[in-house]
Amino acid sequence: MRKITLNISTSPHVIIGLSTDTIMKHVVYALLPAAAFGVYAFGWNALLVMMTTSVGAVLTEHFLCKWSDKPSTVSDYSALLAGLLLGMTLPPIFPLWMAFLGSVITIALGKFIFGGLGNNVFNPALVGRAFLQAAFPVAITTWLQPFLPERFYSVASSIYAWPFMRPTVDAVSGATPLSAFKFDKVSTEAYDMAMGICSGSVGETSTVIIILGGIYLAWRKMMNWRIPISIILTVFAFSAVFYMIDDKVYPSPFFTIFSGGLMLGAIFMATDMVSSPITSAGVWLYGAIIGLLTVVIRLWGGLPEGVMYAILLGNAISPHIDNLVRPRVYGTTKKLTVS
Amino acid sequence: MSILSLHTNTFKNGIHPPENKEDTRGLAIRQFPFANELIIPVTQHIGAPAEIIVREGQEVSRGQMIAKAVGYVSVPIHSPVSGIVKKVALVPTISGSKAPGVFIQAFPSSGQEVAEGYCIDYKTASADEILKAIQDAGIVGLGGAAFPTHVKLKVPEGKVCDELIINGIECEPYLTTDHRVMLEQGDDIYMGIRYLMKVTGAKAAIIGIEGNKQDAADYLNSIKPDDIPVSVKVVPVKYPQGSEKMLITAILGKEVPSGGLPLDVNVVTVNIATVAEIGRLLPFGRGIQERVITITGPAVKKKGNYRIPIGTPLRFVLDHVGIVDDIAEIYMGGPMMGPAVADLDISITKGTSGILVFGSKDVVHTDNIYPCIKCGACVDACPISLNPSKLGILAKFESYDRMVTDFNLMDCFECGSCSYVCPSHIPLVQYFRLSKSRYKRKQALNQN
Repeated sequence: MRKITLNISTSPHVIIGLSTDTIMKHVVYALLPAAAFGVYAFGWNALLVMMTTSVGAVLTEHFLCKWSDKPSTVSDYSALLAGLLLGMTLPPIFPLWMAFLGSVITIALGKFIFGGLGNNVFNPALVGRAFLQAAFPVAITTWLQPFLPERFYSVASSIYAWPFMRPTVDAVSGATPLSAFKFDKVSTEAYDMAMGICSGSVGETSTVIIILGGIYLAWRKMMNWRIPISIILTVFAFSAVFYMIDDKVYPSPFFTIFSGGLMLGAIFMATDMVSSPITSAGVWLYGAIIGLLTVVIRLWGGLPEGVMYAILLGNAISPHIDNLVRPRVYGTTKKLTVS
Repeated sequence: MSILSLHTNTFKNGIHPPENKEDTRGLAIRQFPFANELIIPVTQHIGAPAEIIVREGQEVSRGQMIAKAVGYVSVPIHSPVSGIVKKVALVPTISGSKAPGVFIQAFPSSGQEVAEGYCIDYKTASADEILKAIQDAGIVGLGGAAFPTHVKLKVPEGKVCDELIINGIECEPYLTTDHRVMLEQGDDIYMGIRYLMKVTGAKAAIIGIEGNKQDAADYLNSIKPDDIPVSVKVVPVKYPQGSEKMLITAILGKEVPSGGLPLDVNVVTVNIATVAEIGRLLPFGRGIQERVITITGPAVKKKGNYRIPIGTPLRFVLDHVGIVDDIAEIYMGGPMMGPAVADLDISITKGTSGILVFGSKDVVHTDNIYPCIKCGACVDACPISLNPSKLGILAKFESYDRMVTDFNLMDCFECGSCSYVCPSHIPLVQYFRLSKSRYKRKQALNQN
């Protein structure tokens, strides 16, 4: 009788065939069209910024793993994703050394210090961006006009600014729809913002492309679609109330949902699985809180944009949401304690 | 049921693994040949192992009792073949440990006539007589758990059984035994139900069938007898609907209390193959000597549904159906809950519902375990709404007490849905099995 070698494994012996690195990879794929549009609109500047943050994040992850004697976790694509997301939230003419510093902060303080993938409390890319916003308030609010004719022939000099030097701004700067509205009360057509014909961060301008990326992820079941729906509905409803009270002072709800980083944040940042609530019921509340905070910061805060801080605050309370929204265990009246 | 009722003929959460039943669902049950030597372990059921009552060299006839029940939660074992007892010795079992067993060499030229006992007539026999007959026939749950059926059917003082639910769900992928039994043994099933109605005193019997077996439901409806209040209910396909608790929720919309039994909601559930076996054996006073098993999987050449004598060595089964050269893993039962086989010398027992053979390229095994990313897929899959993500993290920290007290670990019935959906390939259900046994051991130590 021939010899047979049998493997022993534990049940279940079939799995759904999805893996964490595949999910991360597909989120990167879903971001690429919006990133490509950023390059199309802002030229090589945008490409340089995104490449710097992506490479910076991957290198930081790799060296931190080596430094702490752990196998490198670069291959799970989560560092690349965080880096790319950070790049997409920065202005196109952001000095590269600052962008690189931001990507180091993203991985080191946003992710690694908590214990790496799966343990971060906040969305790492937004931790990096919050750091940059605090450290370089001028550079991060210096915008470039889209579709400048020379965008594929030259690169803005501020991009090459030496570390710790004040960057010189020679590019044709433009105001984002949000800052234009906030400071000059100039409204931009929702159609232009949906199509990306406006200033803004590298990857946030074309909301239509971002939405298509989100639909792809939701279709592949790699994103909790409830989160963006909840955020966008809340923002729309909440800002519609104020628009109806006084349409001279407050922007229209369409302007609110298509402007700034709301779509990018709602679809790709707030949906970060690690820092969002775990139950399907909880994410509705989570999205609503982010939506409310976004509108509050945008309407009454000092800054024109509020998505970043809204999501970070949402991340902070998401464990508490898990505690609040607990499913009832089958056959009991008891609700699970979660955290 | 009112129109406002939110009950939707199924239970909460659950998963939809590929069914893979196409290869064998259309194949009629075929009788399997006798092996030269059958190996019958005494630990074929949950409860006290049966006690061997034959000696080496003794001739036994097919259907003769060879091991008797010890106590109430135990059933006897009958010889699956006419032959001679070659040896009474320790035999390997699926669990990995050895158990006492009987080696019977078949008489090559025997007619293999089955020994008969006293006929139990459902019209005249009392409930206790039927229960005794079910125990004497060696009947256990044939769905895989192998729990003695008479224990389950006994309605204790103070409890009532309103509904008898017959479990024809067969939600495990690949398996088609219950499907074939329903299509081919309809009369046996209704005969079995007559016995069970009498035993439990149930007011109605409901046969629960998943939507992927509509033909079986139609057939059972078409031959439905008038003398018993029985109905057939088709529910949407979802794993793990074949679990007792999930099935009761799907059919009646009731939840069995945590730590409780179906009788706490006035229900008794029995697997359909078990019912068919009761209906087939009791009128002749016979005992179980064979059972229907699906042999399938990508590495099997002659896939099919076979009626195989208990005690047939796995090696003989595989030689007979033919397997491809590079086999990697063999599972007893379905792919979601069935254990992997470590030893080809084990034999078919009463609890074996399927044999799955996977080649090395069919095994989706991965060593690449990522950290939990809290995606919540397991939370959305768990049919009893536990939080497998949190439980998995606590298991790593060996916080067994917290797992049990705060996170209801003991309610987990190890369906494997969480492991199935986990993108990080965390072996959650394996953690939970381990945590449960460690917790129980700790409790036992604390008591001493």
